[in-house]
Amino acid sequence: MTAATTPTVRASTPRGAPGRRAGGDVAVGITSHTLLSLWSAIVIVPLLWVLMSSFKTTKQILDSPFALPTHLSFDNYVSAWQGSGIGRYFANTLIIVGISLAIVMLLGSMCAYVLARFSFFGSRAIYILMLAGLTFPVFLAIVPLFMLLKDFGMLNSRPGLILTYVAFALPFTVFFLYSFFRTLPDEIYESAQIDGAGEWRTFFQVMLPMAKPGMASVAIFNFLGMWNQFLLPIALNTDQSKFVLTQAMDSFATTAGESVDFGALFAAVTITVVPVLAVYLLFQRQLQGSVSQGTSK
Amino acid sequence: MTAGTERRRTAPAAAPARRRRWTFDRVSFMAVFLGLPLLIFVVFVIVPFVQAVYYSFTDWGGFSPDKDFIGLQNYVDLFHDDLFMHAVRNVALLGFIVPLVTIVTAIVLASFVTVGGPSSGRIRGVRGAGFYRAVSFFPFCIPAIVIGLIWAQMYDPSSGLLNGFLTQVGLHGFANFPWLGEVSTAMPATMFVIVWGFIGFYTVLFVAAIKGIPAEVFEAARLDGAGRFRTIVSITLPTIRDTVQTAYIYLGIAALDSFVYVAALFPNAGGPANSTLTITQDLFSTAFTRGQFGYATAMGVVLALITLAFAGVVAGVNRLSKGRSEGRA
Repeated sequence: MTAATTPTVRASTPRGAPGRRAGGDVAVGITSHTLLSLWSAIVIVPLLWVLMSSFKTTKQILDSPFALPTHLSFDNYVSAWQGSGIGRYFANTLIIVGISLAIVMLLGSMCAYVLARFSFFGSRAIYILMLAGLTFPVFLAIVPLFMLLKDFGMLNSRPGLILTYVAFALPFTVFFLYSFFRTLPDEIYESAQIDGAGEWRTFFQVMLPMAKPGMASVAIFNFLGMWNQFLLPIALNTDQSKFVLTQAMDSFATTAGESVDFGALFAAVTITVVPVLAVYLLFQRQLQGSVSQGTSK
Repeated sequence: MTAGTERRRTAPAAAPARRRRWTFDRVSFMAVFLGLPLLIFVVFVIVPFVQAVYYSFTDWGGFSPDKDFIGLQNYVDLFHDDLFMHAVRNVALLGFIVPLVTIVTAIVLASFVTVGGPSSGRIRGVRGAGFYRAVSFFPFCIPAIVIGLIWAQMYDPSSGLLNGFLTQVGLHGFANFPWLGEVSTAMPATMFVIVWGFIGFYTVLFVAAIKGIPAEVFEAARLDGAGRFRTIVSITLPTIRDTVQTAYIYLGIAALDSFVYVAALFPNAGGPANSTLTITQDLFSTAFTRGQFGYATAMGVVLALITLAFAGVVAGVNRLSKGRSEGRA
């Protein structure tokens, strides 16, 4: 398609000063490639350095921080996974994020669907309430939330953490899917009703499958948000055996000084980053499409 | 309402309302679909927010049940709390500089990626645009705490890559320079880390917004003899201004928080001479270390007010500048 349109467009460009234009193009091209590669380097070099250091011993890291590892050793990964307990925190995170994600996608899509396609008394107020939940800083709620979970006996428990993850991810989920459900054609809902499907069946068998692209994008953003969540677990989940990955990383950050096992630290960072980066590279196109979708409201 | 008008209606919300029968199916549907999410949302989000405002007027210590209503005393104390006011100034600096630098850089990168290509032929970005875009997005996938950890190592005076690089290129003055230990560099170094973490996402956001502008608009501008810079200033920026506003507000909220980054970069909360202490850090230690819950929630309310004021200023500036440019046109 592009090949076909290019000649006509090219014909319409001014031929005034081709020499100057070409010279300018080269300059702009060089400038933009320089700046873009410079930024890419600033992003990639620290990550590569972490990866490289994760194969070195702590002594090598401190003595010759910029030298390549002498041999490929996975000792750091073993000690991070077992000694520092990254393996267990990884599993904890997977459980908590997995369950929270499933619940918030289900509840969020249901709520967004009702708000988007049924008008009733108070629906607008609920929508605005959700907006407030999205704007206020979580820090404002953290102290009462702590007491609330304590009163419910859910402090330092998985259900407590999962419920708060779900509650704080709900506004974003509802907002995003709200605009999505509004765009679905009305005729489909009506024909499902005429065919005798109840509200439940209409949602689960007709409307929800049509919202798949929107659901996928929201799920990716929610996954990233929950995987990276820091404040909620650090305030509400202080039992070390239930730590999530970000908390384990935090304990690396706070135990400063000579006692830090830098090799294990770099290995732990790599273990945390690689799965998410892999997910990103797999779903890259999906994600970049959805960034524009999310802002077109 | 005739069949004919019904078929033509497309407003989604209005249609189902007209023939609602309260069957079990419909009642249970509404109860579960609306009631369940709302219950969780109200209990775990709205109630704590409201409680926070109430607690901020009490002298609650947190672990004893007795709390006395003391009016605005917490707020009066806050204004005389040097440490807190210091944190407010730090956070104001973060909220001003981080969004500005991030957004300007992201727009420049996004412009190169989308319309930085040759000026002949189709409007297009530089070669390899997909690669640059994918790479710059990487930091968004990394947990903020890990970003902080990586950069704490990068900044390390003796074994960090930054000083290693600087001494390698001949700047020997930077050997063993403690980036995070000097009052003058701790804050800028922190800001850089936050910007590093955010630029990729906003680049991708602006790329999407710029791609939403029809190519004909750029082609027409080019025919009229507008150069690239002129095109960005006169076409790109005015068209994506609402995206910029949203980005500015989101970034501002994140920068006013900054908790994770400073927690990871500075093992001793506050950094050198408290030059990187944030409101959130002060709040967290006031509540969970010193147990002054009433006082801590007052800090939370102040933070929320600053956030709202920030959003209001951004929206106001956007509206004012929009009015001016339209008036000129």
